Amino acid sequence: MYSFDYERPSGVNEAASALGEDDKFLAGGQTLLPTLKLRLSQVDKLVDLGAIGELKGIAKSGSELTIGAMTTHVTVANSGDVKSAIPALGSLAAHIGDAQVRNRGTIGGSIANNDPAADYPAALVALGATVHTNKRSISAEDFFVDLFETALEDDELVTKVSFPIPEKAGYAKFPNPASRFALVGVFVAKTASGVRVAVTGAGPSVFRQSDMEAALGSNFAADAVSGIKTDASGLNSDIHASADYRSHLISVMAARAVTAAG
Amino acid sequence: MTTVSMTVNGKKVSADVAPNTLLVQFIRENLRLTGTHVGCDTSQCGACTVHVNGDSVKSCTMLALQAEGAEVKTIEGLAANGELHPMQAAFKENHGLQCGFCTPGMIMSAVDLVKRNPNPSEETIRTELEGNICRCTGYHNIVKSVKSAAENMGG
Ligand SMILES: Cc1cc2nc3c(=O)[nH]c(=O)nc-3n(C[C@H](O)[C@H](O)[C@H](O)COP(=O)(O)OP(=O)(O)OC[C@H]3O[C@@H](n4cnc5c(N)ncnc54)[C@H](O)[C@@H]3O)c2cc1C
Ligand code: FES
Ligand code: FES
Repeated sequence: MYSFDYERPSGVNEAASALGEDDKFLAGGQTLLPTLKLRLSQVDKLVDLGAIGELKGIAKSGSELTIGAMTTHVTVANSGDVKSAIPALGSLAAHIGDAQVRNRGTIGGSIANNDPAADYPAALVALGATVHTNKRSISAEDFFVDLFETALEDDELVTKVSFPIPEKAGYAKFPNPASRFALVGVFVAKTASGVRVAVTGAGPSVFRQSDMEAALGSNFAADAVSGIKTDASGLNSDIHASADYRSHLISVMAARAVTAAG
Repeated sequence: MTTVSMTVNGKKVSADVAPNTLLVQFIRENLRLTGTHVGCDTSQCGACTVHVNGDSVKSCTMLALQAEGAEVKTIEGLAANGELHPMQAAFKENHGLQCGFCTPGMIMSAVDLVKRNPNPSEETIRTELEGNICRCTGYHNIVKSVKSAAENMGG
């Protein structure tokens, strides 16, 4: 790692004002530290969000579940509120990476990073979540822009994510056997505003599959989506899987996600 | 340089470190506790696993400064009063290691997993140890060791 300065503020405003032009926020460090170690990235200073209590925790109120940006994957996976409100979200968190990664990695870090193969983006988009920052609120669909790109400005930090509680939801991923990242992951949610289907791992960034949404809208059953194809042009092709294979996996994972939703 | 203080294996320690010092470097190079290994240095293998406030973490993927004020436990801190921890004893008994390079990390992960799942099934053990790679054993005797230790630990 190149050398850098380090600061550990105890409040959101302090953290935002501590961040200079070539600085980065540090959350769980499970993506940022490996990138710095490989010298794929360089910073003047890391502003560690680890001591900011108000960024941690889960709350359920009426029709909404709210998760603080610095809440770890293991906390989401084990939360009684998450299990009762959106069990699919708890199960998603329980299958991110491995136990050590889940003990450190956070929801805020995961969505701010917007890795094309990350799990959380599918849940946020399918559930119609809202990302709250120190400056504004952004709908999940507007938040995830492109490969590793979000709507966040340089000194803007995610404070929490709020999820409308759906009627039911399910997530299925085909994990890369080495990293557990999603080769393809599909999150299906039956919400007050209709059925929403979001796909991660397959394209440069998370996207909605509208043909599947329409089919599930009239018949919420695995059979309704297993035959629906997704155009492979524009999907990712790499050493792990071809675009055609990913397209095939979208149909299979969508059907499994519907079954999981019950 | 910044001063960092934490408790490691029950002892208060403090040192001046550069901010880019990893927790594993601090443990191995400053404290000379070399039981914690570096296998990959890319967050994959789990050989560097230690407990921070009771949770297993990859100490190659955490800064020493992020452990400010924390309780850290390494493999050296498991045995008590000259007696192996039940997890260490079970690895010895069940031939859960060959070269032993992955073993400190395996054992630290296994202790955390039994804490969270007192009576783990074979499947739970295998999925919970996904973050630990062993090149020798084929995992079979590792799983056996963890199962036997969980029983001895009163699960
Ligand atoms: C072995 C391994 C396996 C993994 N497997 C999976 C997997 O299966 N699925 C999956 O989804 N992920 C996986 N991950 C990634 C993991 O979930 C990371 O924890 C996550 O992507 C990043 O979260 P973090 O808290 O560690 O963030 P960090 O690494 O600390 O930060 C990531 C980026 O987000 C920025 N950032 C962090 N917090 C905020 C905030 N609140 N506001 C604004 N910007 C912020 C940082 O500046 C940085 O650019 C894996 C990682 C590893 C090492
Ligand atoms: S050395 Fe830390 S995970 Fe391999
Ligand atoms: S015993 Fe040799 S790597 Fe596990």
